[in-house]
Amino acid sequence: MLEISRLNVEFTTERGVIKALRDVDLEVPRGSIVGVVGESGCGKSTMINSIIGLLAHNAAVRSGSITFEGSDLLQKSQRELRDIRGTRISMVFQDPMTALNPVLSIGAQMTDIQYRDPIGMAQKKQRSIRMLSRVGIPDPETRLENYPHQFSGGMRQRIAIAMALQAEPALLIADEPTTALDATLEVQIIHRLKDLQQSMGCSILFISHHLGVIAELCDFVVVMYGGEVVERGTVRDIFHRPAHPYTIKLLECDPARIAETTRALPTIPGEIPDLVNLPPGCIFADRCDRCIKVCREQIPQTTEFAEHHWARCHLAGSMAET
Amino acid sequence: MWLYFAKRILLGVLIVLTAVSLLYSMIHLVPGDPVKTILGPRASPELQAQIRTKMGLDDPLPVQIVKFIGRVATGDLGEDVFKRKSVNTIVFEQLPHTIYLVLSGIGWAMLVGIPLGCLSAIYRNSMIDRIAGVLSVSCIAIPTFVVALYSVLLFAVTLKWLPAIGAGDGNFSSYIIHLILPAFAVGLGWVGYLARLVRASMLEVMSENHVRTARAFGLPERTIVFKYVLRLAILPTVTLIGMGIGILLSSAVFTEIVFARPGIGRLIFDAVTSRNYPVVMGSVLVTTVLFVVSTTVADLINALVDPRLRHHK
Repeated sequence: MLEISRLNVEFTTERGVIKALRDVDLEVPRGSIVGVVGESGCGKSTMINSIIGLLAHNAAVRSGSITFEGSDLLQKSQRELRDIRGTRISMVFQDPMTALNPVLSIGAQMTDIQYRDPIGMAQKKQRSIRMLSRVGIPDPETRLENYPHQFSGGMRQRIAIAMALQAEPALLIADEPTTALDATLEVQIIHRLKDLQQSMGCSILFISHHLGVIAELCDFVVVMYGGEVVERGTVRDIFHRPAHPYTIKLLECDPARIAETTRALPTIPGEIPDLVNLPPGCIFADRCDRCIKVCREQIPQTTEFAEHHWARCHLAGSMAET
Repeated sequence: MWLYFAKRILLGVLIVLTAVSLLYSMIHLVPGDPVKTILGPRASPELQAQIRTKMGLDDPLPVQIVKFIGRVATGDLGEDVFKRKSVNTIVFEQLPHTIYLVLSGIGWAMLVGIPLGCLSAIYRNSMIDRIAGVLSVSCIAIPTFVVALYSVLLFAVTLKWLPAIGAGDGNFSSYIIHLILPAFAVGLGWVGYLARLVRASMLEVMSENHVRTARAFGLPERTIVFKYVLRLAILPTVTLIGMGIGILLSSAVFTEIVFARPGIGRLIFDAVTSRNYPVVMGSVLVTTVLFVVSTTVADLINALVDPRLRHHK
């Protein structure tokens, strides 16, 4: 339903051209939940902003396509994109404390986004009330008159989810929706999201750096590193048969998977390479402990080495067995 | 919400009381004996003592202040030393002229400055923004009395479009015509202040997360700017306008002198130079009260717009 193909996005800055996304491929099948993992700066947000057409002024899509419901979003005008945002594609953002307008009531904001619907104010309110109760806001009739600061962080994130799902979109993009919440709330929100997704039948593109959440919620996983998709596949393949050295390292670093007691949390040594002056070979070569000569010289191609399992590594396929 | 309003108004009353006490004490630190000013230097010591007792100047300062506040609370500002006229009459004769001047000055500054700031923010770094920026800073940089003098020279002396001095012959249209140049001079700097402030706060709000949310939901740009951004961005502007009105009530004196207009600024100036203390006290007191009133009103307007303010306190 959503298919990103060989997407390249660049930012023009004083320091030079940042090649923020390079040949990004991604697919969100209808009715599925796709998780995107990667450390900060790996291009997750740039990818989302490209989908909804809200890239910064100094960013430009160099090539590629983003096909949604049969048409390329990159070919659409701002007006056409605006018609899609909030109806077919909607978003939930990371920080629930600042994502809502502080001087407008929840009701005003929830009815404002229904401005396209030719129904009366009372009906719009009814729809918002129904949606609020579906996400678990108690006493939604009265709470509709309240302002964001009168809700807790968890409540606000539920409201944000209610706003996003109100129009029954085909695709929900959730940008680290639980990162700002504490662990128990995180679980509640995740379960709520999964329930709603199943009853509404929408797809979710779920961005997170929390591997546990991804494993719990998603059907497919996309691993991003330094502006590239290094590996993608089913949640089972990624967690049980990771093929890219970065994915393997990432899984090793997940505190939930560490069996024996250690004093220090494992980390991946090294830093993300400079995206202005890219290395000639693989983007991960500097930090990879399996790096061979070809990795320094040639950019690896994305290969489907097993069914529905892609990796961008010269050693892909040969590694999964070892 | 009512609790917030009540608290804010109570605070205003306290500020006025403090200001009046400070003012009264300060006047008494100024060299020059009010009794001698009234009676002249050659009055006998007995007469001086008699008048001093009658005016209550023998009491300790705190007692004098309390008595003064008590008197003011009943609406009596005292008596002009020279003219033997009630200070109330004198002040309230002059006050409307200043209020009209200040309100029309700030009024035109708002009408021009706020839209200018909005345009600058919406089309930031464009030609419009740059021109507006240069104009705003120029407006702020030129002192009001210079604007006043040169606008008299240009519009009254050279072009002869508008009258140079006075407040008209009493009929309405003549009053308005006489108000145009002074209001222009008083408001020009505020056009710049408002345009800069509105631009800065609009840009700040536009970069906030909730505006991105509004965009992500496909709200029309017009709704985003006027409902989601301006409502927040206007809050500091309301505060500035409230203070601006208060400041101008006393600083309009330059304009009033250049244009030879009656007004409270001019009244204070004349009263200070002639050591007419009751008039100084009365007129400064009234401007203080108006200052507190205008800033309080600004705060109340902010509380009406911003629910966080009225729920918090």
